[in-house]
Amino acid sequence: MLKGGKAGSRPRIAFGRWLSTRPASIVIYILVMWAIVEAALTGAAAMGYNWQWYRIPKYFYEIREGQIVAGPLIWGLGGTIALSVTAFVLATVIGFVIALLRLSDLVVGRAVARAFLEIVRNTPLLVLLYVFYYVFGPIFGLNRYTASVGCLAIFHAALISEIFRAGINAVPTGQWEAAKSIGMSTGQIYRYIIVPQSLRFMLPPMTGEVVNMIKSSAIVSVIAVAELTTIGRNIISDTYMSFEIWFTVAAVYMVVTLIVSGCATLLERRYAVKD
Amino acid sequence: MPKAEPVISLENVSKFFGPFQALKDVNLTVSAGERVVICGPSGSGKSTVIRCINRLEEHTSGTIIVDGTELSEDTQNIRAVRQDVGMVFQQFNLFPHLTVLENLTIGPIRVRKMDKGKAEALARKYLDRVHIPEQAGKYPSQLSGGQQQRVAIARSLCMEPRIMLFDEPTSALDPEMINEVLDVMVELAGSGMTMVVVTHEMGFARKVADKMVFMEGGQIIEVAPPEKFFTNPDSDRCRAFLDQILEH
Repeated sequence: MLKGGKAGSRPRIAFGRWLSTRPASIVIYILVMWAIVEAALTGAAAMGYNWQWYRIPKYFYEIREGQIVAGPLIWGLGGTIALSVTAFVLATVIGFVIALLRLSDLVVGRAVARAFLEIVRNTPLLVLLYVFYYVFGPIFGLNRYTASVGCLAIFHAALISEIFRAGINAVPTGQWEAAKSIGMSTGQIYRYIIVPQSLRFMLPPMTGEVVNMIKSSAIVSVIAVAELTTIGRNIISDTYMSFEIWFTVAAVYMVVTLIVSGCATLLERRYAVKD
Repeated sequence: MPKAEPVISLENVSKFFGPFQALKDVNLTVSAGERVVICGPSGSGKSTVIRCINRLEEHTSGTIIVDGTELSEDTQNIRAVRQDVGMVFQQFNLFPHLTVLENLTIGPIRVRKMDKGKAEALARKYLDRVHIPEQAGKYPSQLSGGQQQRVAIARSLCMEPRIMLFDEPTSALDPEMINEVLDVMVELAGSGMTMVVVTHEMGFARKVADKMVFMEGGQIIEVAPPEKFFTNPDSDRCRAFLDQILEH
């Protein structure tokens, strides 16, 4: 009886497992993607869209006098990466300070951190960008680029501070007590005991934030900062190849973010804690 | 029994957690070299007393003087006191991301500003004292509970404290590991260390205590030398408690 029951429930599990095997997943994935692409192509054909994919490569690179020269999309990608990296570094620093204020014993510190968080989290990114460019811009003399960096840094600092706070809180209080009991100062406790232990809690959500940062950096195209999305728009206004360019731009973003996620997975494995 | 100036004195110490009063007018003195064992039912405030002594909890009123320093808001003072007062926790609280040796040297190196070589020599000396010199390179998670607690004791000793506090050091251990920890504590007592121990291990208490303290409901009910405490305590509540825990 027991054996029969086991055998009866087996095929369902087996099918589920089979669905999740690597070859099956790849086949299903290809089928689904093909269906989507086919639908898009059919739709485009129906509206008489004239595909010109052959014109795309020259926006990546050109060969002039035997030399490979980077095209505008590559420059745009460079702009996106420079913008994202600068803003992310700033956001991490600001986020850490906000998290420390939030966790401190200072009533004023906690209030400031809380207000910052609520204001930033409850403002749409686009509105925040307009505030930085049209309001702070003239007041503090920010240009397009610095306004963009500032806006992205502040927006993501709020999210990152929550990641820090959660990571720090995930370390058991006994660690604080043990470190205090040997006379360590608060700064030493953070540096040698708490932060090293909270890194592994923070790595996965921080990767998510890097990916989000790269994607949300596209929004600065509304104030015409030279980055991938802006370049894409410019190319389209010259060529009217909107389908090809937007597909291409989306693919470039995806390649970059997949690389980031892949690196993070490697890092996570490397720093997996033995416990 | 050594009779010297008190190294710990609590005067009318009260402690509130919100509206709950955990300690009520606690008075206690501990002399240099004295071994005090605090017992009592759970929730009686015995852990809170020793956590106030190195200010892991702040007392609400009264005076606590440790090693000549009155505990107050002054963080520099508190850090100085903590360097002289070691603490061993029920849950060991070893640093899981550091090896045993690093757990032991981090205090001397970062707090006492000792150089690395000296700190390691010191650490190995105390690992010897707690009988696990061969575990220096391992991480805490690779050790048994009893070994972890002995590492925790060694970590405190590496700060070369004048006073050691033990907060139910054997309560989280499997029975077969309790003795290896108690043995280390007995040896430590033999070396003349001032000790305040919260424990239910009455065999240990009888062996090493100079002074027994019984607490209930946040108050010290009885203070007596062990001979009197275990045979003829003054208060009925203390007798009832002892009957309960000594029965089996």
